[in-house]
Amino acid sequence: MCVLKVEHISGGYQQTPIIHDISFEVQKGEFLGILGPNGCGKSTLIKIISGIIKPSSGRVFIDGTPIEKLSKRQLAKKMTVLPQIQNNAFPATVRETVEIGRYPHQTGFFSSWSEEDEKAVIKAMELTDVLKYQDTNVEFLSGGERQRVFIAQALAQSSELLILDEPTNHLDIAHQKQILDMIRREVTEHGLTVVAVFHDINLASLYCDHLLLMEAGRMKAYGEPHEVIIEQQLMEVYEARISTQAHPEQPKPQMAILPDFEDEKKEKTVSLSNIQMGADYVAFIADFPLKVLSSAVHNAGLGWYRTFINRTVPPEYDIENVQTEFMQYIMNNGFSPTNTVGMMTAVDTKKAVMKEYPASFGSLIVIVTAGIGGAVDVSRAYQQTVFQPIGTINTWVIINGKLSDEAFVQGMMTATEAKSKALQTENVMDKWSNTIATGTPTDSLLVAATQHGKYMQYAGPITEVGKMIGKGVYEATVEAIRIYKREMEQ
Amino acid sequence: MKKKLLLAYGSSIFLLMASMWLAVSMGSVDVPFSAIWDQEGNPRAYSILWNIRMPRAVLAGLVGAALAIAGAAFQGLLRNPLADPYTIGVSSGASVGAISTIFFGISLPVLGPYTLAVFGIIGAFLTLLIVLVFARLVDKSMKMETLILTGVIFSSFLGSCISLLTALSHEELKAVVGWLLGSVAMRGWSYVNILVPFLVIGFFILWLNRRELNVMMYGDERAASLGVDVVRRRYAILVGGSVLTGAAVSVSGTIGFVGLVVPHITRMIWGADHRHLLPLSFLNGASLLIVCDLVSRTIVAPQELPIGVVTAFVGAPVFAYIFFKQRRK
Repeated sequence: MCVLKVEHISGGYQQTPIIHDISFEVQKGEFLGILGPNGCGKSTLIKIISGIIKPSSGRVFIDGTPIEKLSKRQLAKKMTVLPQIQNNAFPATVRETVEIGRYPHQTGFFSSWSEEDEKAVIKAMELTDVLKYQDTNVEFLSGGERQRVFIAQALAQSSELLILDEPTNHLDIAHQKQILDMIRREVTEHGLTVVAVFHDINLASLYCDHLLLMEAGRMKAYGEPHEVIIEQQLMEVYEARISTQAHPEQPKPQMAILPDFEDEKKEKTVSLSNIQMGADYVAFIADFPLKVLSSAVHNAGLGWYRTFINRTVPPEYDIENVQTEFMQYIMNNGFSPTNTVGMMTAVDTKKAVMKEYPASFGSLIVIVTAGIGGAVDVSRAYQQTVFQPIGTINTWVIINGKLSDEAFVQGMMTATEAKSKALQTENVMDKWSNTIATGTPTDSLLVAATQHGKYMQYAGPITEVGKMIGKGVYEATVEAIRIYKREMEQ
Repeated sequence: MKKKLLLAYGSSIFLLMASMWLAVSMGSVDVPFSAIWDQEGNPRAYSILWNIRMPRAVLAGLVGAALAIAGAAFQGLLRNPLADPYTIGVSSGASVGAISTIFFGISLPVLGPYTLAVFGIIGAFLTLLIVLVFARLVDKSMKMETLILTGVIFSSFLGSCISLLTALSHEELKAVVGWLLGSVAMRGWSYVNILVPFLVIGFFILWLNRRELNVMMYGDERAASLGVDVVRRRYAILVGGSVLTGAAVSVSGTIGFVGLVVPHITRMIWGADHRHLLPLSFLNGASLLIVCDLVSRTIVAPQELPIGVVTAFVGAPVFAYIFFKQRRK
């Protein structure tokens, strides 16, 4: 059911039209976010929808009725508009403030307070969690609490359509989340319909079903968040460099600002000289953070880190407490737990193979430790019933260059293929199936790039960088396996 | 809640009774209060009480009530705690209106004794409109200071108009103009009779808008979205406030700060809900002006201080306090 329908509206103040031909519909139980740069006409649009400004052309329908056909009071029962909050000129308690929301429902000369009024006020205060402050003066509440009181006032108005102008402006993230979670719950569970102006693109994307992006009074885009939060589009409208990425939990795009400044002039490259050998670890310590994609024990995934360590642990190492133990280990050795990627192996890290390969784009460093005691053939692994956590091949590929996201993923693939090929060359067998192994059950891989120098969009086997990854990982892994075999023979 | 209201109205009525009793009992001549029921036994005392002190106290009370509710309404409507008929220049406008009738010898038989009051009201309303339009032109958001400064400008200008009219008028007129500078002395019951109908009308108009005043505290946009016809209600409230101010000024002249102090203190103690702020300001405004008038005629007896001196003595510090507090917000 269509609660709000905006049909080709244009208009603004007196001679200057601000809004040009905007149309959209909002269904019952839908949350629409309005986005756009400062001065694009968001507030004017809200004023036209709420009937404060008459459009010069076009119409606004609420529940199928044009708003000019409704009396002010009838309109107030159907639609609540909450402008940006201003400070109260006079003291009022929370309850008094929320009770104001019942104004359109009170009629008659003496307009007495009904049971329905009372219920609506209590419910609104409960939903916004301000019931406990009901006798407190609004002046004495924090910004977030005050905002909740005004939202309670809006909810007490009990209309099915709620229009909000920047409902979480100036609030800290806890209060932003609290208020938007609450509004979202009302939308999802009780079919409230909400139209809200947002400054924060990420919040709008997270909480809204649809977004309307405005530019200079016109509709630039309308649709689900993934149809609106598009890098190129936002960069055009906001005239700022941004990048979009996935939200870690919700299927909603998020954006990040890309700052335009050079932090340092000096050249940013790494080499084998960044390696430091410890008593039971090998570490790679850069002067600046590298972009890393890894399957490490500590700080796995995608991120920016300065230090990578590969640590020797005894075979009887207790894997249960690995997260806290590893964090403690990192700190004990003087590294920063938030700036370090950590892996471990049963192999002595002094035996790590370290190679540097010059290339047309810069250079590439490969560091490998290999233990192949539990080597498996991945195509036969389903037949295995016993897990043997012995032996790990840890591979680091560190590139002087700038990789795209897809290059990171292709780099991981190329490195893995090279590793498998090395196992094949060295005739490493899966003891269970008696076929040639492709890896071990606990291999880890790290691909890091300085993100300076040449940009490389792809890293497949026949790209410049892919060729070096293949060659480097293959050679280093073969050498590491040979070292391992020699150790075993002794 | 009910208990609080009972206490609010009970204490305000008690204060009014007490100040009435004081005002009637005290004075240059020692008169027993009991003489009020004793025309036969003590005709002189009876006459002093009924013909001098009573009308004076009642008039002071009605003027105080009118100015206080006008102040409460202006403050609520303009969301400005410093607004009152005096500070925004409306009282001066009413004075000019009232004096013009005398100066130009305007006498409309239809209005009879109400001529002065009606012209006072017209003067008040026109000044109010001009002040508001000007203040809005200066600063669209109409900050507290803007409105007060505009009030100062118009008060000064209208004040010099009054002086000019006074200087140009005949001797006997100077006396008339003189009392327009603020007094409730020697007016008798006729002035009470002039004021009462306007007080009733003005109060009734504002009382009909008591809930709208509550809603409009949250801004015009929010009020409109709650279903208030903001433009119509605003005019109604401005007319109501002008009726009260114009009528009060035409019988007693300009008396400052009553409309500022009374709503402020009433709000501080009993809350900002206009459903009760208006009637409570009525009662407390009456009490305050009765007491101020009592002080003005007793403190330097046998001479009298102008009542405006006494109200300013109380009002100016309160004004300073509110200003200070609001600026620190």
